[in-house]
Amino acid sequence: MDLNLSTDEQKFQDELRSWLETNVPREWEHAREQSLDERFEFHRKWQRQLFEGGWAGISWPKEYGGRGASLMQQVIFWQEMARAGAPQMANVLGLGLIGPTIIAFGTEEQKKRYLRNILNADEIWCQGFSEPNAGSDLAGLQMDARLDGDHYVVNGQKVWTSYGWIADWCEVVVRTDAAAAKHKGLTVMLVDMKSPGIDVRPLRQMTGETEFNEVFFRDVRIPVANVVGKVNQGWDVAIGTLMHERGSFGAGLQIIYKRNMDRLTELAHSTQRNGAPAAKDLIIRQKLAQCYAEIEIMRLNQMRAFSRISATGVPGPEGSIQKIFWSELNQRFQQVAQELLGPYGQLSAEADEAIDNGTWSYGYLRSRGNTIEAGTSEIQRNIIGHFVLGLPRSY
Amino acid sequence: MQFGLTESQEILRDSARKFFAGECPIAEVRRLMETDTAYDGKVWAKLAEQGYTGIIFPEEYGGVGLGIVELILLLEESGRALLPGPFFTTVVQAGSLIDAAGSPEQKKKYLAPICQGQTRASVAFLESSASWDPVDLRLEASADGKLTGEKFFVPDAAVADTILVVAHNGVFAVDSKASGLTLKPMPGMDLTRRQYSLKLKNTPGEKLANPAGLPRARGIATAALVAEMVGGMQRALDLTVEYAKTRKQFGKPIGTFQAVQHQCADMYLETESSRSAVYYAAWALEQKTADAATAVSIAKMYASDASRTVGNRGIQVHGGMGFTWENDLHLYYRRAKASETMFGDATFHRERIARQVIDTSTFAAKTA
Repeated sequence: MDLNLSTDEQKFQDELRSWLETNVPREWEHAREQSLDERFEFHRKWQRQLFEGGWAGISWPKEYGGRGASLMQQVIFWQEMARAGAPQMANVLGLGLIGPTIIAFGTEEQKKRYLRNILNADEIWCQGFSEPNAGSDLAGLQMDARLDGDHYVVNGQKVWTSYGWIADWCEVVVRTDAAAAKHKGLTVMLVDMKSPGIDVRPLRQMTGETEFNEVFFRDVRIPVANVVGKVNQGWDVAIGTLMHERGSFGAGLQIIYKRNMDRLTELAHSTQRNGAPAAKDLIIRQKLAQCYAEIEIMRLNQMRAFSRISATGVPGPEGSIQKIFWSELNQRFQQVAQELLGPYGQLSAEADEAIDNGTWSYGYLRSRGNTIEAGTSEIQRNIIGHFVLGLPRSY
Repeated sequence: MQFGLTESQEILRDSARKFFAGECPIAEVRRLMETDTAYDGKVWAKLAEQGYTGIIFPEEYGGVGLGIVELILLLEESGRALLPGPFFTTVVQAGSLIDAAGSPEQKKKYLAPICQGQTRASVAFLESSASWDPVDLRLEASADGKLTGEKFFVPDAAVADTILVVAHNGVFAVDSKASGLTLKPMPGMDLTRRQYSLKLKNTPGEKLANPAGLPRARGIATAALVAEMVGGMQRALDLTVEYAKTRKQFGKPIGTFQAVQHQCADMYLETESSRSAVYYAAWALEQKTADAATAVSIAKMYASDASRTVGNRGIQVHGGMGFTWENDLHLYYRRAKASETMFGDATFHRERIARQVIDTSTFAAKTA
């Protein structure tokens, strides 16, 4: 164990730190009256700026636009972004899930074609996995793909597709062999969201936003060249993507969590309770300290996991603890924020008296989805039970 | 940057695991916990032979000179084995305190024989208030170093040759056979680590040269205790997973059922998270980083709750068997409760964290 930075890592950190000092936008927290599109464009612009500075895709190969640095430098990148209070990047799924999947399973042509555009945010990605009848039981998905010359013709529906409304491309899992066993007949493909026959419909969430979508496919033609990995072996590719989703995706979240924690600490000092700042209230202090500690443990768990990945090359099923940890932690954190802010915590952006433009009421409602999206807490616990601890399959 | 173990750290951990499995299997734990002091000289001699009694201490005093990360790995294994007796008390608590607070002569006198396995020692800190905060200490040494008063919850005092008594005006090394010193057992939940009350009446003590070393010694001991707790959690998890695989109800192993799987998954999450926290705390102590005290409090806070919860889950999965004396889980459950309160429970450490990161936040200054 050596958490000291190597000479290279130190140089990387110094360089990044000074770059962030001059480049991180000040006072960037969005006004809630901004539309989803306006906010997205802000993050896209920021990602471009990072890309041009050489800071997108730290551990991705150089020839595809990445920095070609180590995974641990990627970890340092996230920590520095969090430290600087920087905004997150726009192409969340492209960077976190789909890029790593293409790097692991894609052809040379695919890597050349897609990776750079993920990094510079020219092409935004979404992920077409879940279907109305295939949620936790993902392998039960039914989207039908039939070979027709050098194309697959795809019919069916995807759901809960985050960024579907703005995505240029989508990683879909489809059924290419209806006769094969559940896990055997699946294939992963990359589909242009502008293809004829794709219909993206907004799905309104309990937050009131339409962050994700239903995506309908009607005779959509996908070139055979867009298959990732082998035909009918898409389950392995999809699991590869999901391992990234569970394991490494959460690492970027420390940027947001640390920012939220700092802001809540600030509010605790400026909010009065029982004749003194809330930060002096013994119970509030306990709750804030618990949040602070859990955010730190989340970071440490992730660092340990990354050290393991950099030794073995791939994220393992133990990544499921990261997913459980970040999602349940955020729900606890948002509840503490609500307790601190009292009725103000419930005010939406429209209220003149809202604190931080209604961020806290949004954050509370949005966190409710955390233990459902990217694999429910129950599914994550099943994965730990079976794949990590070796208990018999429950289904 | 690498948050994994080096090869030599892995070797140390593996050989410690083998050592404790061989020298201190659970049958031996059960034998020792039925004795008066839970101490056995033969096991002690073997611990010394391995160099474990001097693991982190300087070679000039007969120690091995390893780091705090290595100490943590060793304690994880002794915790897994539920090692009874004064190893933690002597080496980790008293040894660290002498190392941090003693003069070179005092280290020669008190630390060297600990390293060599010749003596055992304890630390008397708590008083009737049972407060882990040094500001609550009332015991005062007279100008000529005489101690009068009471200490409580002193671990392994009956087998200690030296007791380090923490007064509010200094730390004093007291010979356990010194005049005016009497001990009385305080039987508690943990049968493997005995506690005593200590009465002192004009008892002579030798003042340690550098009492400012106390917080560092406490930090090391707290992190090492968390490591022990992690070892205990890991053992409870292993026993529980094994049981869930073999115990059958409704015609299949109970580990098939998600209600049981999820208990095990949470045990895994809580154990691994505690482990991450204590590895980092050990490293921070070793490097004396600015956040070392916070890192120790985070680890103790999290593990204090987690070790209790892991015990609850493990016993629940075992059903009626888990509630029997014959099953080993309650031995770990007892230790977990004792360790939870030792050096401050989760509530105590949350307040420490608040002082370190909430009160010192730049926003606090703005509104003050």
